Amino acid sequence: MLWATLIMSLREVRKNALRSFLTMLGIMIGVGAVIAMVTIGEGATQKVRSDVGALGENMLVVSPGAARRGPERTAGNPFQKDDVEAIEREVTGIKALSPTAQSSTTVVFGNQNWPTSVIGVDDGYFEVRGYKVEMGRSFSEVEAASGTPVCIIGKTVRDNLFPGTMPMGQRIRVKQVSCLIVGLLASKGQAAMGGDQDDVVLMPLRAFQRRIAGNNNISSVYLQVEEAQMTSSVQAQVEDLLRERRRIQPGAVDDFNVRNMQEIADTMSSVTASMTGLLGGIAAVSLLVGGIGIMNIMLVSVTERTREVGTRLAIGALASEVLLQFLVEAVVLALLGGILGILFGLSLSYAATQSLSLPFVISPGTVAGAFAFSAAVGVIFGYLPARKAARLNPIEALRHE
Amino acid sequence: MAELPRPDGGAAAHHLGAALGQAELRPQTPIVEFRRVEKIYGEGESEVRALDGVDMRIDPGEFVSIMGSSGSGKSTAMNMIGCLDVPTSGAYLFRGVNVCNLDQDQRALLRRHFIGFVFQGFNLLARTTALENVELPLVYRRVPADERRRRALKALDLVGLSSRAGHTSAKLSGGQQQRVAIARALVTEPSLLLADEPTGNLDSARKVEIMELMVQLNREHGITVVMVTHEPDMAEYGTRTVVFRDGKIISGNR
Repeated sequence: MLWATLIMSLREVRKNALRSFLTMLGIMIGVGAVIAMVTIGEGATQKVRSDVGALGENMLVVSPGAARRGPERTAGNPFQKDDVEAIEREVTGIKALSPTAQSSTTVVFGNQNWPTSVIGVDDGYFEVRGYKVEMGRSFSEVEAASGTPVCIIGKTVRDNLFPGTMPMGQRIRVKQVSCLIVGLLASKGQAAMGGDQDDVVLMPLRAFQRRIAGNNNISSVYLQVEEAQMTSSVQAQVEDLLRERRRIQPGAVDDFNVRNMQEIADTMSSVTASMTGLLGGIAAVSLLVGGIGIMNIMLVSVTERTREVGTRLAIGALASEVLLQFLVEAVVLALLGGILGILFGLSLSYAATQSLSLPFVISPGTVAGAFAFSAAVGVIFGYLPARKAARLNPIEALRHE
Repeated sequence: MAELPRPDGGAAAHHLGAALGQAELRPQTPIVEFRRVEKIYGEGESEVRALDGVDMRIDPGEFVSIMGSSGSGKSTAMNMIGCLDVPTSGAYLFRGVNVCNLDQDQRALLRRHFIGFVFQGFNLLARTTALENVELPLVYRRVPADERRRRALKALDLVGLSSRAGHTSAKLSGGQQQRVAIARALVTEPSLLLADEPTGNLDSARKVEIMELMVQLNREHGITVVMVTHEPDMAEYGTRTVVFRDGKIISGNR
């Protein structure tokens, strides 16, 4: 019976193709909007996660200065070599570590110059940040220990100082120091917060301290934790250790901070997720409007087909069967609208994610939810018209003009 | 000819099937029996006695024409015979079952299994083929699709329209539409065919065709026919004519 009713409903939808399509349009736009919003939002969330991940996996950054935002950020004393050694010795769960010192300066090759970040690093830095040497080599132990002025440059620096020529073996000038290029970094692209991770010149920390900075300060320490769940434990150990070494009283504000990249990623993706929810919710309102459209058309249809209902009742249809018929018709309209809406929403979000260069992620839960929701809209808004049809008196319905 | 109701439609049908099964045991039971049937519309000043204590009996195999001017009660009687309406007082027995005791759904099941309707305005579904129109009552009887099709084609063949099975009603003439409607009424093999002014919308040549078809169904297939008409020459096709006036039968009763 349900199957036969379904066939009948599809026929009814086809008979009034234009009207049916216009009725579906409301649901289609509603479902399409929800799907598009959610899909684009999911793409944005995933983009944020992968960008933050690209800064370095399971990474902690220890820097001097209190972790306060805004202009009154207090400066703390820089770290020294023995701080790093203490961390390495006493904190468990660290996979790799690198002290760094950094300076923003202009590097020169021939008549080209380029303002960039020059960072003095240890071997561990490549592992922590996920940098790979694409061509050439990493720093040798001798170079690292002796402070030989050698460097490895990122793609942006290479493109700006050496357009179309091979930088390997050339010397660039960093401040007063002439520095031999021994390697090129593979490109890492844009970071989550807009920084260009390829706009960098790396040199051995010792060389940087001696020849560029002129002191032995360490401006930050990069740590990579063995496993993601150990991040907070390692963070706590580092904080305790440094508090002790820097003699900070209990209750006093730390003069250093440990940034957890995972935490930043979580915060940012929860922000995008709630934006997604909000936009999806607004779009869902249009589904309600679509449902009212269905109810309206079904009421018109019942009035138009009063004689048909009378005939059906006369030849032996039960009131419940008439109810079912009109209900199924409403659900068919809503579901067809929902399916079209899903296709519409997915193609819309595909276009949007392509142009915003976000990943295109189809969330099966959302698609299934949209489908179920449009069926529910059909049942809810189809019930009143269907009940109206089922309650018709057959004698009067047959007389209806 | 008539089949027992199948156990569809839930408990109501089951109950009904038992009741009608008993009726089946007595072959001499009249198909239609009115016992002092009254039907009153409205109250007080505006009260209208559409039927005023009518006794009537129609036996299997009869072809009864019902005549009367408008307001005579013939349409009310017709609705009552078709179990679309129930008496205000008195009793209406359909195949020995008191229809007054049945609820709306049970009466719908009676119509589904025992009564075929033909209307003045044909009442075919718009933009639907002749075949699909004829199949419709079988859909409600849960007949499987292939058997539905076979039986509908057979019914269309009986009314001489098997070649038009795929035509929608808009492409059929009035006479053809009425024959499709008759096929729709016949396809369930009802024990009673109820025709309400079946020739009212047709020209005289078509009228004769339709009436000859009804007579043929009555004589050759043993279907009891009750037809309302206001045209005396149509009424003459029947085996008996019952005339209503002011809610009473004035002639043709037995």
